[in-house]
Amino acid sequence: MNPSLRRIWGLMYRHLVLYRSSWPRLLELAYWPVLQMCIWGFTATFLAQRMGSVAALTGAALIGGVLLWEVTLRSQMGMSISFLEEMWSRNLGHVFVSPLRPWEMIAALIAMSVIRMTVGVVPAIVLAWVLYEHNLLALGPQLVLFFANLMIMGWWVALGVVSLILRHGAGAEPLAWGVLFGLAPFSAVFYPVSVLPVVVQYVSLALPSTHVFEGMRAILLDGTVRWDHLVMALVLNAMWMGGAIWLFSRQFQQARIRGALLSIGE
Amino acid sequence: MDVIRVTNLVKRYGDVLAVDNIDFSVPSGATVGLLGGNGAGKTTTIAMLLGLLVPTSGAIEVLGHDMARDRFAALARMNFSSPYVSLPQRLSVAENLRVYGHLYNVPEIEARIARLAEELDLTALLDRPAGQLSAGQKTRVALAKALINKPELLLLDEPTASLDPDTGDWVRTWLERYRGETGCAILLASHNMAEVERLCDHVLMLKQGRIVDQGSPADLLARYRRDDLEDVFLDIARGRGQSVPA
Repeated sequence: MNPSLRRIWGLMYRHLVLYRSSWPRLLELAYWPVLQMCIWGFTATFLAQRMGSVAALTGAALIGGVLLWEVTLRSQMGMSISFLEEMWSRNLGHVFVSPLRPWEMIAALIAMSVIRMTVGVVPAIVLAWVLYEHNLLALGPQLVLFFANLMIMGWWVALGVVSLILRHGAGAEPLAWGVLFGLAPFSAVFYPVSVLPVVVQYVSLALPSTHVFEGMRAILLDGTVRWDHLVMALVLNAMWMGGAIWLFSRQFQQARIRGALLSIGE
Repeated sequence: MDVIRVTNLVKRYGDVLAVDNIDFSVPSGATVGLLGGNGAGKTTTIAMLLGLLVPTSGAIEVLGHDMARDRFAALARMNFSSPYVSLPQRLSVAENLRVYGHLYNVPEIEARIARLAEELDLTALLDRPAGQLSAGQKTRVALAKALINKPELLLLDEPTASLDPDTGDWVRTWLERYRGETGCAILLASHNMAEVERLCDHVLMLKQGRIVDQGSPADLLARYRRDDLEDVFLDIARGRGQSVPA
């Protein structure tokens, strides 16, 4: 195996065996997505029963929104928490003095994020199909692009969180859980961007997630594919990811100058 | 050939000068001790040698590689152990060694783990979670991790801290034998003077970030007219003794 790939696999193996030996960690991966699906799925069912076909369509958009938002959330948490696991086990000192390059560590964290997201979100997708006859695959092949964009958004947000942890230590840890909830109101997950105040719409449209959810509603409510939104989501993701990589590189180097890698987690 | 060459090394944190313009080298196959009180600059120096910390100025060359430009080439050929840096507690001993075997790109990793387990008396512990081991067992596992890549240079930060005398002696004997068999160079930071006297060919005495004296243990004992290195350490730390020509 290529040495670089082997080092990436080494870090992934460390996390995979951790999950194999810890069922609470495994359960936690799917717990919130399934819980969210139950709450919003039954709410959508209730609305559809009381208010007819328009509410049923809105309900479908609601369930789709919940499922797709979980993709972003789980991707971001999958990456941030994998980094935090290293910090909590006070193992970062060993990792950073091994030949593992920072970009290889990021690649391993991204791979773990994909695995964690899949384990977390697939049960919720199945549940939506079983309980509410909501078939996410009905979004068509564009679903792959929706997933890809939302995962990439999760990764750059996570890179930002990891950068802040490198800068501020354990004090920045809560961001790993809370930061995306702060972006949810601007991401037009459950409502179109047009209902937001005009000034807030500019903020909203700067987020790739907004374009994904606008695209999802266009398919579900109007039956049209909005390629413009998909392209915009890709462009924004590329820009934000570039910024996040720059921030991480800078904070990693600053941490090496300040000596923060010796005391991270305290 | 020197495996470590440090030139005019300085590390400053704001107004605090942690390492103040030090120069030293570690020859191939030698064991060099880094001695000094708390805050003398030992950990800072080791962190810079490992690339964890960027020097304010000066140069570090490890195994012929400039650590400022080419640290990963050096890191692949060296390793590090400290009781203050843990291994993941929930992973078994074998899983931990496998992780580091992959990170250091060790060929035939299972055979290497089996060999280290045999040498360090870890075979019965391989399936035990690292978090369930005693301090002595953890030290042996940390040593196994540090030797997984057959390093040419080993940096040890207080390798026998918090060990009982019997286990500490076992580790020291093992390190002596390992160095004799492999020719691995060792840089050892320790507060245990008997350990330094026994293991080290050369000692660097650090105080307030500066190398205030150095020499072989026998040379230092003779120059300070002391019977053990602990008194030499106290003389230097408290500024009460004076070196005289041997």
